[in-house]
Amino acid sequence: MARHSRRPVGRRGFLKKAAAGAAAIVSAPAAADAIQQNQPGDPAPARADVYTTDKPGSDFMADVLKSLDFEYVAANPGSTFRGIHESLINYGNNKHPELLTCCHEESSVAMAHGYAKIEGKPMLVMAHGTVGLQHASMAIYNAYADRVPVYVLLGNIADVAFRRSDVEWTHAVQDAAAMVRDYTKWDDAPVTLAHFAESAVRAYKVAMTPPYAPVVIVADAVMQEEGIPAADRGRLRVPKLSVTTPPAADAGAVAEVARMLVAADSPVIMAGRAARTPKGLALLVELAELVQAPVNDGHQFTLRMNFPTRHPLKGAGVLATADLLLALEIPDLFQATHASTPLNRFGMESRPTMKAGARIVTISSSDLLTKNNYQDAGRYTEADLAIPADAEATLPQLIEACRKLITPERRRAMDARGAKLTETSKQLRERALEQAAWGWDASPISTARLSAELWNLVKDEDWSLVSDTSFISNWPLKLWDFTKHYQFIGWSGGYGIGYGAPAAVGAALANRKHGRLSINIQCDGDMNYAPAVLWTAAHHRIPLLTVMHNNRAYHQERMYITAMAARANRDVSRAHIGNELADPFIDYASLAKAYGVHGQGPIQNPNDLGPALKRAIDVVKRGEPALVDVITQPR
Amino acid sequence: MTPLILLFVAFLQAAQPPAAAPAGNVEAGKRLYDKHTCYFCHGTAGQGGVAGARVAGVARNAQGFIRYVRRPPGSMPAYSEQMLSDQELTDILAYLRSLPPAKAVNDIPLLNQLRGK
Repeated sequence: MARHSRRPVGRRGFLKKAAAGAAAIVSAPAAADAIQQNQPGDPAPARADVYTTDKPGSDFMADVLKSLDFEYVAANPGSTFRGIHESLINYGNNKHPELLTCCHEESSVAMAHGYAKIEGKPMLVMAHGTVGLQHASMAIYNAYADRVPVYVLLGNIADVAFRRSDVEWTHAVQDAAAMVRDYTKWDDAPVTLAHFAESAVRAYKVAMTPPYAPVVIVADAVMQEEGIPAADRGRLRVPKLSVTTPPAADAGAVAEVARMLVAADSPVIMAGRAARTPKGLALLVELAELVQAPVNDGHQFTLRMNFPTRHPLKGAGVLATADLLLALEIPDLFQATHASTPLNRFGMESRPTMKAGARIVTISSSDLLTKNNYQDAGRYTEADLAIPADAEATLPQLIEACRKLITPERRRAMDARGAKLTETSKQLRERALEQAAWGWDASPISTARLSAELWNLVKDEDWSLVSDTSFISNWPLKLWDFTKHYQFIGWSGGYGIGYGAPAAVGAALANRKHGRLSINIQCDGDMNYAPAVLWTAAHHRIPLLTVMHNNRAYHQERMYITAMAARANRDVSRAHIGNELADPFIDYASLAKAYGVHGQGPIQNPNDLGPALKRAIDVVKRGEPALVDVITQPR
Repeated sequence: MTPLILLFVAFLQAAQPPAAAPAGNVEAGKRLYDKHTCYFCHGTAGQGGVAGARVAGVARNAQGFIRYVRRPPGSMPAYSEQMLSDQELTDILAYLRSLPPAKAVNDIPLLNQLRGK
């Protein structure tokens, strides 16, 4: 449909204002530059219908977005952001950001989630303000609960006069970001291009100030598609992105924690989202070694690559005997420090797992972002000292404060403690190896065997595990030698299933330029939410090894229904109903092939697994995605 | 110590010295193990995992085993006599006892290479 501009551009008027305003342009947007190159003396446009514009507002929006140095923009195409889509690929030449073709908005956001966990910065995501955001919302919640920055740009047609069809009415909304406001950190719906520039830059700053979280900017479609208003042309500028320092704890609080940590006889450090960057991992190692304290993961999930898995201080902490727990960025510490009632026992109760008198210190940026509706905050923690600060930013001061307090006597005590912990760690590791041997030759294939076979093939590569491990009994964390921050992306945050496959693709994309071998151990239930992300990986030549953990069920729910049936003294053998992915079995190798991805399997004989994985890794090393379907034990 | 480890320890404690107990039927025990979805948490080889303790190679005492299943201390669902009789649990125990032991780590090159690292 031809467009009728209601805002004809008066170029002479614009140039006059442009000259006056040029000095005010700090970071000169290219769109504004181009406009200023128009020749004086051009005839003013007649007051007649104008069907084209040389500079749509979306070009300026592209300038703003380019200033934020996004590498990629993930989008399932949508008419409410068609203006900026066109500007990014033509005016912006499809570089920084490069457009990633996604087949579902949930995939777009989850890809951005996985990308940020490797790259440490947001990917841009574009979506309709209505149906697109509805698709994207679960993935946004995951990113919020995981405190990961994702930058969402929503299209919307605010002005009723510009809604050209019933589709554009059903795709329009008064307050687009309202749907996800409960689980985003900030949003805005700018009403002018200048407003867009300021809010777009502010949104980036907000997303990247710990605690990280998703942000939303609404890009009005009329503002995208219409020519840059004459009144704006001279004064439009891209604000400078402020460098924000993460919030560290105050010196007094740090001194108190150091005093407690140095004095403790059996401290335990628990790390959740502590290592926000690679530096966080190194700092945590430095602190643990300095005070010879064990470092455990959080209660249920490993949220970040915080600590080397084979470090002698890893995982050897025992809460029941600890006299001090230093909890770093743990989202639900209550669950980590209490035992709860079994699911099928009447009456809820919980009891502390730490001994009486043990003290708890928390350092968490989650205390700086509190919302009401969604309950990801967990139960209230009765901490002896709660420090609302970014743990990673606080660690350098804490290390120095501890160093100053350690007397020779405390040094000896710490070293003795460290020797015991090292021995415990060895025993735990030996026990893990012995446990891995059980069911070694079983079919379905044990998750320990799967993990060991994979490790044997990747151990000499520069690898990165771009998936969670909790559904496979955490075997990679027990068997593999994780030392680098990028080697593990951790848990989804909100347990919104459908995260795994797209997050792996996004993380693999971030790994691509570093030449890393990305490995995704992929749950079958998760894959089926939006499997077309495999096509996105194939289309954009994203090297990624996907190994299906195919237990042919939504297995967690299968266990829950079993527990419910047992509680009701009814037939547990019917727990598969509504939970199993059988009759027919899903052929994931064929699914992969349909999307242009190398596919193998199903592999049921454990002796066939190693060779199949080797063939797939050879494909991935050529720069392509590959999938191996493995029929596995439930967990 | 995590609840899962506590659960595992509790299970081991249930496996105390052999006591006089009715003999179980291995074949019936296997059918019951499958039918009552024990493998959901404990694995088809009884190897255990994050959701349930290893049951192969540890359960020896029928009374302790039955007591554990009736009133499990951890996250395992309790199975009443309406669900599984003592005899049926004894059959399951017989099946668990019949499961082959794990290979030694030394005999599995992929695991043995991880030793000491």
